[in-house]
Amino acid sequence: MTLIEIRGLTKGYPGVVANDDVSFDIDKGEIHALLGENGAGKSTLVKMIYGLVRPDIGTMTLDGESFAPTEPRASRVKGVAMVFQHFSLFEALSVAENIALGMENPPKTNALSNQIRDVSLKYGLELDPNRLVGDLSVGERQRVEIIRCLLQDPKLLIMDEPTSVLTPQEVDALFTTLRRLRDEGTSILYISHKLEEIKILCNRATILRHGKVIGICIPKNETAKSMAEMMVGSKLKTPQKTVTNFGLPLLIIKNLSLKSTDPFGTSLKNITFNIRAGEVMGVAGVAGNGQDELMLALSGEVLTEVNSIQLENNFIGQSGPVERRLHGLLTAPEERLGHAAAPDMNLSENTLLSGFQRQKLGRRGFINKSGAAAFAEKIIEKFDVRTTSVSSAAKSLSGGNLQKFVMGREILQNPKVFIVNQPTWGVDAAAAAFIRQSLLELASGGAGVLVISQDLDELMEISDTFTVISEGRLSEPSPIKGVTTEKIGLLMGGSKKI
Amino acid sequence: MIRLEPRTDPSQTMIILTPILAVLATMVVGGILFVTLGKNPFEAIRMIFWDPLFGEHAFYYRGQILVKAAPLIMIALGLSFGFRAGIWNIGAEGQFIMGAVMGGATGLALYPLDSFIVFPLMVVMGALGGFLWAMIPAFLKIRFNANEILVSLMLVYVAFNFLIGMVTGPLRNPDGFNFPESRSFQDFPAAHNPELWAGTGIHLGVLTTLGFVILAYIMITRHIFGFNVRLAGQAPRAAKFAGVSPNKMIAICLGLSGALAGMAGLFEVTGPAGKLTTTFPLGYGFTAIIVAFLGRLHPIGILLAGLLMAVTYVGGDIIQSQLSLPKASIQVFQGMLLFFLLAVDVLVNFRLRISKRISK
Repeated sequence: MTLIEIRGLTKGYPGVVANDDVSFDIDKGEIHALLGENGAGKSTLVKMIYGLVRPDIGTMTLDGESFAPTEPRASRVKGVAMVFQHFSLFEALSVAENIALGMENPPKTNALSNQIRDVSLKYGLELDPNRLVGDLSVGERQRVEIIRCLLQDPKLLIMDEPTSVLTPQEVDALFTTLRRLRDEGTSILYISHKLEEIKILCNRATILRHGKVIGICIPKNETAKSMAEMMVGSKLKTPQKTVTNFGLPLLIIKNLSLKSTDPFGTSLKNITFNIRAGEVMGVAGVAGNGQDELMLALSGEVLTEVNSIQLENNFIGQSGPVERRLHGLLTAPEERLGHAAAPDMNLSENTLLSGFQRQKLGRRGFINKSGAAAFAEKIIEKFDVRTTSVSSAAKSLSGGNLQKFVMGREILQNPKVFIVNQPTWGVDAAAAAFIRQSLLELASGGAGVLVISQDLDELMEISDTFTVISEGRLSEPSPIKGVTTEKIGLLMGGSKKI
Repeated sequence: MIRLEPRTDPSQTMIILTPILAVLATMVVGGILFVTLGKNPFEAIRMIFWDPLFGEHAFYYRGQILVKAAPLIMIALGLSFGFRAGIWNIGAEGQFIMGAVMGGATGLALYPLDSFIVFPLMVVMGALGGFLWAMIPAFLKIRFNANEILVSLMLVYVAFNFLIGMVTGPLRNPDGFNFPESRSFQDFPAAHNPELWAGTGIHLGVLTTLGFVILAYIMITRHIFGFNVRLAGQAPRAAKFAGVSPNKMIAICLGLSGALAGMAGLFEVTGPAGKLTTTFPLGYGFTAIIVAFLGRLHPIGILLAGLLMAVTYVGGDIIQSQLSLPKASIQVFQGMLLFFLLAVDVLVNFRLRISKRISK
């Protein structure tokens, strides 16, 4: 039985067609995945179904009736609910109060609390309606959003990247809930780029590329690689590492502690680890557990106790970024525009950010402009950065291309130790594979590499050793072989007992 | 409803033409102002812009233009580095005064020593005076995150009262019949900054200013310091990543602008002004802010903007004496120039949309 029929939806924005003649169906009691790279048109499509955006052309039918919502309220009335990637909750209010705020005619708080308890029991979504949202974990907050949707008794539940903020255990719990909903006849439209999840959860998947439907597949019968290739439209190579034995420790971090100056930041507590030559170390963790602070402390943007950071024979805790680069410690922060690169400056100028001293792009403080341009050219060529010229502003590049530029700028400077935060965040599959490959090649050449990432699959693919950051503490690094997803999940949740 | 919508690709030609458009708009609206004051607008505009350069008495006025342009340009050059880095020194007037007082006092203390070392020492002490005065807002910003705009501006009034205290007290001319002014530097050759060629208006400060224009141009286009200044202004986090310490940047930019303002004050007090008096400050430190922006924070632009602003100063004197217009009218005129510059700037970068409310 078909629940919703989508026929020929087209939506254009100035300069780009976000959705081009998109047609597909979602059956009753089906978990249907929507797959596609960034910019493939998933968000626009979902917004049209939810009534946030109106299509230029095309029709939808829901339960056989014409369905053309003009606003989210209209689609909610018809039984379409959505859990957004970013929650809209008030931290100072209780769970029940938050849910009441989103309702047209909320019942009395007591009655509502009872309803919430019923729903949470029924679907295994453990949640106390009287707790303050501010005290809840990210996973629990997501439950608030889901229960808010379930109270409307939806026919179609749309979920946008629901697992990106969850630990593996929380993901399992969520899947159990979603399967129960499916079995009761609720349809779910599930948006994610985590292909392994889609394989185990979804009945069917619709794949979008450049705003068009490329195909519909049964995820169970596909591999993650084959689905990725459908999304990208070309063959993907799995990154491989040639060297597997490690040399001497290059970077030695001993009892690194750092009090966060930001009231919402995380303080680093007694972090200790070594990176050896040829080693790729992965640092997993849920966002906001001290990754940014660790990055700043290692790059030298924030100084620490002098002996806490040792690069070969130099203690560099009190050295700034320039000095650390000269010693061979290079970094690539998570935020590309505004941190790793200056948006309004051109690529040639952007090489100076980290390359001026180490690449000797000047003498006695005077900039060698042709030298900088030549270095930018080299990066563009070696790292396949798609841009018109070295004088393009950094902000004119797409996210993936700018990330390739940033990675190229650091890797081509032959770092002894390279530290990178979220190397492939928001980057399409082909570019991500390329970046991972270059990280492995860098390590094969004898450098130490530290990768901080929230993408577990990525870390599993490229790291040799593995550790988890939680509330500013780093777990004991262990070899990647033998590490199970369950163990990682417990560590990510901050548990010390396994 | 009127909305401003950012233009995706602002025209480069328009960005360069902005100052010229601003001058034209000022002429038109200024002309209307003169009409309402009962004067012939064409005559007034001619007197402001044409007579100082090519009029009957231009041979005298041209020198005056250089005399007035030099301090404006020197101060604006210093300010432009801070403005590019997002550090707003609004108190150059105070640093100008303190430079004149400290440098001038150094000379007066050595009176009547006839040594070649006196004047260079005064220049250094003048720059130091401005530098130290600018270090107050720098220190307060670094240590307590105090707003440098307010602190530097308030210190202008402190400096002014300090000047009054000095010329009525320790620095008062002992042979000056109790007038609130210092000894004249013209009577002290070793400390005097004379006109080098009669009638040209060129004194050592003018030549030094030209040198600074070239130096600033090299720094901003070729040197890593200029690059870091731009980086800190455009993307503060990227600047930190590149290893630029924000606190050092605050200290350097405020110190540099203070030193240049102080030096300008010293050249002014030993040359065109001739002595420290209570009427010594003419507002160069404030007008230099307009000059810096009118010149697009670029050294060559500042050179041209400083000359233009000096023309309006001299032209303002002419309409004051010949058309008996109030002094405030030329100040309004100069203010309009900055206003129109900023307004045209907004329109170059944003598009004006008049529309009904759009429902989302």
